[in-house]
Amino acid sequence: MCRGNMGGAALMKLKNRQDFWSGLMFVAIGLGFSLYSWLKLRLGTAAEMGPGYFPFWVGLVLAGTGSIVLRSAMAKGATETFVGKFDWRVASLIVASVVLWAILLPHLGLFVSIFAMVVVASLASHELRFGTAVLAAVFLMLFTYLLFVRGLGLSFPLWPTFR
Amino acid sequence: MEFFDHLMLGFSVALTMENLTYALIGCTLGTLVGVLPGLGPVPTIAMLLPITYVLPPTAGLIMLAGIYYGTQYGGSTTAILVKIPGETSSVVTVLDGHQMACNGRAGAALSLAAVGSFFAGSCATLMVAAFAPPLTKIAFAFGPAEYFSLMVLGLIGAVVLASGSLSKAVCMIMLGLLLGAVGTDINTGVVRYDFGIIELQDGIDFAVVAMGLFGLSEIMANLELKDLRIKVASKIGSLYPNRQEIREAAPAILRGTAIGSVLGILPGGGAILSAFAAYAIEKKLSKEPERFGKGHPAGLAAPESANNAGAQSAFIPLLTLGIPGNAVMALMVGAMLIHNIQPGPQVIKSHPDLFWGLIASMWIGNLMLVILNLPLVGIWVKLLKIPYMFLFPAILVFCTIGVYTLNNSTVDVLLFAVFGCLGYVFVKFGCEAAPLLLGLVLGPMLEENFRRALMLTHGDFSTFITRPISGSLLAIALVLVMLIALPSLRNRRNETFEEA
Repeated sequence: MCRGNMGGAALMKLKNRQDFWSGLMFVAIGLGFSLYSWLKLRLGTAAEMGPGYFPFWVGLVLAGTGSIVLRSAMAKGATETFVGKFDWRVASLIVASVVLWAILLPHLGLFVSIFAMVVVASLASHELRFGTAVLAAVFLMLFTYLLFVRGLGLSFPLWPTFR
Repeated sequence: MEFFDHLMLGFSVALTMENLTYALIGCTLGTLVGVLPGLGPVPTIAMLLPITYVLPPTAGLIMLAGIYYGTQYGGSTTAILVKIPGETSSVVTVLDGHQMACNGRAGAALSLAAVGSFFAGSCATLMVAAFAPPLTKIAFAFGPAEYFSLMVLGLIGAVVLASGSLSKAVCMIMLGLLLGAVGTDINTGVVRYDFGIIELQDGIDFAVVAMGLFGLSEIMANLELKDLRIKVASKIGSLYPNRQEIREAAPAILRGTAIGSVLGILPGGGAILSAFAAYAIEKKLSKEPERFGKGHPAGLAAPESANNAGAQSAFIPLLTLGIPGNAVMALMVGAMLIHNIQPGPQVIKSHPDLFWGLIASMWIGNLMLVILNLPLVGIWVKLLKIPYMFLFPAILVFCTIGVYTLNNSTVDVLLFAVFGCLGYVFVKFGCEAAPLLLGLVLGPMLEENFRRALMLTHGDFSTFITRPISGSLLAIALVLVMLIALPSLRNRRNETFEEA
């Protein structure tokens, strides 16, 4: 019945990697929200709840449930799962294209930002070549103009503003 | 019978050339705009609202209602074809609807959604016509404790949706609740979790989260796959559901309609709760629950019918009590006020032609949409054949613009990117996004009702159990939890016994 080394053995037997990292993430987020509530917001009592009451407790419950996920990921009978490989290139290019759009819009207008977004995003696709991407960008610029600005009457900064 | 008199009055109003035309325009506009990934009912209606100002009140409201339904249909189309939920309740449609599309049954999915929605809409319209006044009495019996318990029940039910682990789904719901807390607290006016960013003071918009978690992460996940995605082109099959699919979907449509009609009346989250509840119940009742999440027709038909029925019956609290059930209804209230009509119990008496005309045209609108959409199914399915390398930039652009137009805010777009990353992480970690979205939507209401209930009893928690309706709702929730948890507990115990 020697279970002295159980900690180490459990970690080495970590099969459910997805749940392990998920659990860790949940515990961190839950504790984070609760900590913020505790430090920055008034908790109040059940009868007179402050703004921090609800998030504080929900955060703790989240951390608690997250630790259950964590524990069960390390249990012996856990199903084996793998965390798929993160394709940082694709992910960051797509995110960058959106962020670029948001940054460029107020300064360089809708057309330029759409163009930039499509071109950057095209780098993430292994099939889309630069020339085709430019064509697609122009098409989308036109389409969005006709639909959103002319058709639906929305207002966007369209052209670059130089001060 | 009064019931028929009312309907006759309604149809006589709705079937004028003028009103029919406006209904048609509304439906078409709503569908076309709703189909675009990234534009859901709220931004669409908000954009098209000014058009209705110049119309006479009845016509204006009829057109708005047409737009509303149109966007619902359009939103389902996007959810099925491109896995992007156009509005809150489409989140559930995405689950099995998109899988059906991946299995080559896109046409069947779209047709089932259209027919199921029409059937549900028709039944709900009849219900609204017959039961509008008595149904509001039920709504009156619901106090804050009951609302809280109902939402808890709804959230627990949502956990059944998770094809994965129970505890991870609960965590995702909690995360949704916490995200819902971001922004200004209604009761105290204190701003929470804004980290100094002004735009966060109004909270995080649902559409931003939904499109980021589903749309953006989906694009990332798809681009990762070197050997691209949907092999739909090779397996299009017939455009309409086959016998077996109809057989599987029909009972789901009936149950979904019933659930949606009842739950939709309760102000706040009616349509989305109905969609989740209908899905959960279908999964529980099905003889093959493991097929849910992989393209089971009932998993598509039930939430589609439920959310359409819910959308119809959401008009009840609006028209009878003057309480808007969701953001769209709130816009309708705005439209009514512009036309100098105070929504409330007196609308039935003071403007019976408006009230019943609106109800009759709801049905007509539903009919028009089925007629519009069924032939269009072929066209939508062809859209899937466009090579992904052309499709994804378009989706990206539309989603981004759609997010921007919500509040004319680039901060929203940045948040959209953040949630895209988060969604990508969730995909890798095997966490399901749907429960999070439900938590996000219901979080603020959950908290508010929780607070109110406890304020009324000065901090006495037993109110949730001692009040009969609330108590029974919580009891059902507990039973559900045990039903879900016990089998997995039993398996876990068996496994550990085997290992030992």
